[in-house]
Amino acid sequence: MSTTTASSTEKRKAPAGERVADWADGRLGIYSLAKANMRKIFPDHWSFMLGEICLYSFIIIILTGVYLTLFFHPSMNEVEYHGSYVPLQGQLMSEAFNSTMHISFDVRGGLLIRQIHHWAALIFVAAMLVHMMRVFFTGAFRKPREVNWLFGFLLLVLGMFTGFTGYSLPDDLLSGTGVRFMQGAVLSVPIVGTYLSMFLFGGEFPGGDFVARFYSVHILLLPGIMLGLVVAHLILVFYHKHTQFAGPGKTNKNVVGMPLLPVYMAKAGGFFFLVFGVIAAISALASINPIWALGPYRPDQVSTGAQPDWYMGFSEGLIRVMPGWEINLWGHTLVLGVFIPLVIFPLVLVAIAVWPFIESWVTGDKREHHILDRPRNAPTRTAFGVAWLTWYFVLLIGGGNDLWATHFHLSINSITWFVRIAFFVAPVIAFIITKRICLGLQRRDKDKVLHGRESGIIKRLPHGEFIEVHEPLSQEQLHTLTAHEQNKPLELGPTVDENGVERKVKGSQKLRAKLSQGMYGEDSQIPKPTAEEYKEITSGHGHH
Amino acid sequence: MSSQDIPEENLPVAQADGADLEKHGDNPFADPGLPPHEHRIQDIDERAAKRSERTVAFLFTLSMLATIGFIASYVAFPVDKSIYVWPIGHISALNFALGMTLGVALFCIGAGAVHWARTLMSDEEIADERHAIEAPPEVKAKVLADFKQGAKESAIGRRKLIRNTMFGALTLVPLSGVVLLRDLGPLPEDKLRHTLWAKGKLLVNQNTNEPLRPSDVAVGSLTFAKPEGLEEHDHDFQTQIAKAALMIVRIEPDDIKDKQELEWSHEGIVAYSKICTHVGCPISLYEQQTHHVLCPCHQSTFDLTDGARVIFGPAGHALPQLRIGVNEEGYLQALGDFEEPVGPAFWERG
Repeated sequence: MSTTTASSTEKRKAPAGERVADWADGRLGIYSLAKANMRKIFPDHWSFMLGEICLYSFIIIILTGVYLTLFFHPSMNEVEYHGSYVPLQGQLMSEAFNSTMHISFDVRGGLLIRQIHHWAALIFVAAMLVHMMRVFFTGAFRKPREVNWLFGFLLLVLGMFTGFTGYSLPDDLLSGTGVRFMQGAVLSVPIVGTYLSMFLFGGEFPGGDFVARFYSVHILLLPGIMLGLVVAHLILVFYHKHTQFAGPGKTNKNVVGMPLLPVYMAKAGGFFFLVFGVIAAISALASINPIWALGPYRPDQVSTGAQPDWYMGFSEGLIRVMPGWEINLWGHTLVLGVFIPLVIFPLVLVAIAVWPFIESWVTGDKREHHILDRPRNAPTRTAFGVAWLTWYFVLLIGGGNDLWATHFHLSINSITWFVRIAFFVAPVIAFIITKRICLGLQRRDKDKVLHGRESGIIKRLPHGEFIEVHEPLSQEQLHTLTAHEQNKPLELGPTVDENGVERKVKGSQKLRAKLSQGMYGEDSQIPKPTAEEYKEITSGHGHH
Repeated sequence: MSSQDIPEENLPVAQADGADLEKHGDNPFADPGLPPHEHRIQDIDERAAKRSERTVAFLFTLSMLATIGFIASYVAFPVDKSIYVWPIGHISALNFALGMTLGVALFCIGAGAVHWARTLMSDEEIADERHAIEAPPEVKAKVLADFKQGAKESAIGRRKLIRNTMFGALTLVPLSGVVLLRDLGPLPEDKLRHTLWAKGKLLVNQNTNEPLRPSDVAVGSLTFAKPEGLEEHDHDFQTQIAKAALMIVRIEPDDIKDKQELEWSHEGIVAYSKICTHVGCPISLYEQQTHHVLCPCHQSTFDLTDGARVIFGPAGHALPQLRIGVNEEGYLQALGDFEEPVGPAFWERG
């Protein structure tokens, strides 16, 4: 602190901004913070903005959510409707529904904020899924970012449940049906199902408690955890620094891009307004969850075409296509037809979440990775990711089987059977096809490196043969296309040593070698061109 | 990750060859380094830069105008006015005006900032060094030594009695929180086994609120009924109707295949629980010709001529039937409660 006393002895009066900063630095140490971060480098790639969409829609949801709490009454007391929407005049409804009607029809701008809140929620979860796919397919989850992958995964799961508890709050006919579905699923849990249901709803369904309980979960518990995770996620992004794709001047030891101040601040800050603006415009034009058209919830009424918000669609698919198995033994019922989907529901999500750990176990790779993989250069991983997405979308089809049937004039029975079979078969087919496409693209890259780019110029040789002129690639392109590493499969080595004594190989190590063969064996990657190959081809006779 | 029986050099990572390439001096694939910076038109032509500046300023101005438009719309449009917007149709004028002005106001700030960054701020790429996340060995050694010292000073390893009782206390104390959850709800007991239906309760038409006579139920119609005495204003109406909701259809007695169904019916009028046995949606779609009913939520389909057994979909068992008859005044009445629990199956259902 001797420097501050030294500078304060100077007679020069610092500008006001600097004095404020000095004041803050003396208490918060902001100069040291700014030294590390003000000119922090952010690489540019369009896919890096997917995470920003998540962050910004999350902020929008919080802002609009706080506004909505000023008007919403989380109560299930029955009231008669006397608001300005004529068709529901005199209807009995819960205060929750009544206050949502009030927000939609009597508070100026209330409908807009409600719609922004709901649209932003849909976009938030969608953006998280797409962002996660970006991280997955480029291998950005590798060391040192595995923990951040898990934080992100938790945010996705929590986002889904925050969404579910949120759209259940208005207590309208559609959301009530969704809550009933959830209660039916809870009942199917062996031994404790009925207890869980009674405790969750404060008695029998629907009771008079669940809106108030969902409310505190929706506005406090889950968003509180999520806010913490978002902050931790961002701190880690800052700490690890961004990944980048291979390219000239870009190595595993540096990060190439634009500084936070001013370029990235303007771009990222501006992007918040772009996202907010687009969501506001969508909310001006497209109605979402028109509860007045659905009416208040009644456990004995339902509308056709009932659908959850999209991110719950895959669980809906699971429950719809599962055969109705029930086992009755010794006075007890095992409701497999509902319980199995309830168990598979988290497993679908976990299946993608554990991949990074399986991959790092198979490769035994303990190095840091900051250079992203192009998806084609990790064919097994890419194929697994596409297989998972296929699985997910098959379930989405199952979740909307009635809509598929009515929109495309198909039999609902055949759609259900299609989903039942595709649930097992489609991911396998997707895996095989994706892997082949990746290998094909690797071959094309190899061909481009060794023989150059197809120029589109056709040349006729003196003896009449037509050839296409191939232009050699620049060194930048050659480097970019060959910068990736290629792992070799794990070898168990001889199982018998020189003395003829058999070496014990653990089953787990055998599995590891098998997986490694599958991921990096001959059938799983095309050896990338070597410098020798390249020299041999380019130095010799003219190529074509 | 122990791999005692696998030589380290056999791990895929040890064989990766990417990094070695750089060592070759004349490697055609070597990293040529950052490409030279290419100037944009705005970097060399001040007129182009001025144009960009005007574009950015225009966007920011547009945003200001849109915000004024937002406030004006808030004041000007009545909350219940609707307008026609092609191709969407009739929508709330206020919502449309507020949303679009807010959207433009926000979007233009974003577009202005991004255009500013892209055309006027320096676009020279800078390379920053990365540093290993892992601490250097001497830091690690210092931390481990500090930890050992701290642990030793606390004597947690030596005084096992303290350690064990502390773990015991910390393990037990959350139990208080768990116990507190007990009063979230009552115990299930046999609540899910009973509904409001009882011997002698009249079947009241949900739409007309009048007791039903057999003549009110025509072949091919689907009637929803509730037990007499249950009114919409009752505080537990929702919870009671969630179990007691009933659907009534009339089937030619000759068409009824199930013996018990016929016995429990009255002149072909059968009463079934309306609550799906899958996860509890109210069944509301009825096929007049086949007497199949379908749950619109998950498409479980039940055959009402055959004991309401499941013929398609995820439901696990048939809909419970209510035994009905006619009282002296000729009204349809229940002859008891459902003999099995209605709605979704559960562990104690049996």
